[in-house]
Amino acid sequence: MTTVIDILVVAETQGDVLAPITCEILGLANRLAGGIGGTVAAVAFVPETDNIGEELTAHGAEQVYLVKNPVFATCTADTWLPDLEKLVRDRQPSLILLGHTTMGADIAPYLAFRLNAAVITDSVAIAKKDRQLTLTRSCYGGKAQEVVTSHTEMVVATIRAKSQPATTRDTTHKGKIASLDSICDPTRLRVKVIGRQPRRHEGQRLEDAEVVIAAGRGLRGVEGVALANELAAVLNGAVGATRAACDMGWCPYTSQIGLSGITVAPDLYFALGVSGAGQHMVGCQSAGTIVAVNNDPDAAIFAYSRFGVVGDCREILPAFIEEVRKLKNQNRAKQHGEK
Amino acid sequence: MHVVVCVKQVWDPEFPSVSFKIDEEVGEVIPVPGLSQVVSPYDEQAVEAALRLRDAGAKLKITILCYGPSSAEHTIRGVLALGADEGILVADEAAEWSDGASTATILAAAIRKIGNCDLVLTGRQAADTDAGVVGCGLAAILDLPAITLAKEIQISDRKIRIVRVLADHHETVEAPLPALVTVTHELGKSRYASLKETMRARRKPMACWTVTELGLAGSATPAARVVRKKLFIPRRDQSCEFISGATTQDLAAKLAQRLYQEGLF
Repeated sequence: MTTVIDILVVAETQGDVLAPITCEILGLANRLAGGIGGTVAAVAFVPETDNIGEELTAHGAEQVYLVKNPVFATCTADTWLPDLEKLVRDRQPSLILLGHTTMGADIAPYLAFRLNAAVITDSVAIAKKDRQLTLTRSCYGGKAQEVVTSHTEMVVATIRAKSQPATTRDTTHKGKIASLDSICDPTRLRVKVIGRQPRRHEGQRLEDAEVVIAAGRGLRGVEGVALANELAAVLNGAVGATRAACDMGWCPYTSQIGLSGITVAPDLYFALGVSGAGQHMVGCQSAGTIVAVNNDPDAAIFAYSRFGVVGDCREILPAFIEEVRKLKNQNRAKQHGEK
Repeated sequence: MHVVVCVKQVWDPEFPSVSFKIDEEVGEVIPVPGLSQVVSPYDEQAVEAALRLRDAGAKLKITILCYGPSSAEHTIRGVLALGADEGILVADEAAEWSDGASTATILAAAIRKIGNCDLVLTGRQAADTDAGVVGCGLAAILDLPAITLAKEIQISDRKIRIVRVLADHHETVEAPLPALVTVTHELGKSRYASLKETMRARRKPMACWTVTELGLAGSATPAARVVRKKLFIPRRDQSCEFISGATTQDLAAKLAQRLYQEGLF
């Protein structure tokens, strides 16, 4: 690999703003390119003209490729791949970065195999040492981590959500924006989207919550999960769950935190009856403070926790919720008095 | 209709992490007592998906395809006992050091050799590498439409209909066969092997192929592009402050007070 690193970031959008993961990847790309005079380009697939190009330059992209095609209104990997493959063949970036999202995880292996590039998924760190890229990722269900490198000139990598500090938006940062004609022919797509049903309903998004209450096996059933909900209501938090709690039907799979679920990084994380299995912890280990309640003093969760209680969640929670409520009310009364 | 389910043998992912050990010198898992090799759970669910298609009335031949060491034959027998029809092991003692590209290349060559395959199923990712590369990689090599993260599969009239699990939506898609589908855990519980099926599984056909037979270079990893430099268990140096109390009430009050002091709420 040459000393210069040319990075292509594949952007994802939410309406007319960038997805948080894209801002995080641009942060990583800028740090990587910054030290060694590399370049950061970004590509976005948009159904119609909008401000995404400017958003990408404001987040640090020097060059933006905007590919427009009404077919991009439905996001399937098939729709992005022809244009993305063509762009990569034309520009020959040395590193292609995608989010480890359903979209990114679908595209990365396909693109890499088409281009004889290396593919490394769900990375949490990338460094450049001795002219070689090294990527860190978790494996064995989060029990271990590996550092990998590649034989190839080109690397396609997906990046775990919330593993990188995002770039800050700076509208004085300008870059070049090029519009590309899409080569995607909708009539040739093999996978057709028939319908979409929302999975999530009321309440704030787990990924965005500042306080997350995680329900584990130790809550011993839906009555225990009801206590987690109550604590969440008091702390204005959101309730997540371990895979075990979902498998047992106590919590919906939409709330599953971990390797095959959602990644969260709240300021405060309550692990209630959560053992601390690797596959769960990869989804929450960036939390600011972890507080664990578990009846097993040897549970792995305590090794991740700032505060711990050895005991039964179902016994402790009602009293604890009451205490938290009291303190919050006192605090509110005090603030009110000061005004 | 012929369904090929690709399965991988992995170290039991349910093994407790406190006992899980790694030899950091050589970068390998230490086979401590009690740690066994099992079929990767997501792949087991891919098998379950195939069996449910049969339960729903589809006439299927279900072939289990595995790239792994010769010890994986035992794992394949276990999968045959769930109700699959035949097993094929591409045996390679060095399979453990294969990367996604190499594994997909070998499995794709095996699928071509099998021939006339209508549907290829895999788990969403293997429970050891957690990479999720082989499924879409196979689709790229075999030029099949790829549908990932399936929780429901229906087959009708040379077409497949899948319900996919996305972050905010369930998405229903259709694709022509042949196709490749990866299965996610939202599919639900896999069945257990009955004693009768376990007995029957012993007599089911099992083929053992080598990488060379598939027309690929005989070495372990003909197409490996990713090299592991280091494997380690991350250190957890968070020191945990344990809160205790004379009574539950006392404990609850102390914990709330302590978190409040820290400005956590």
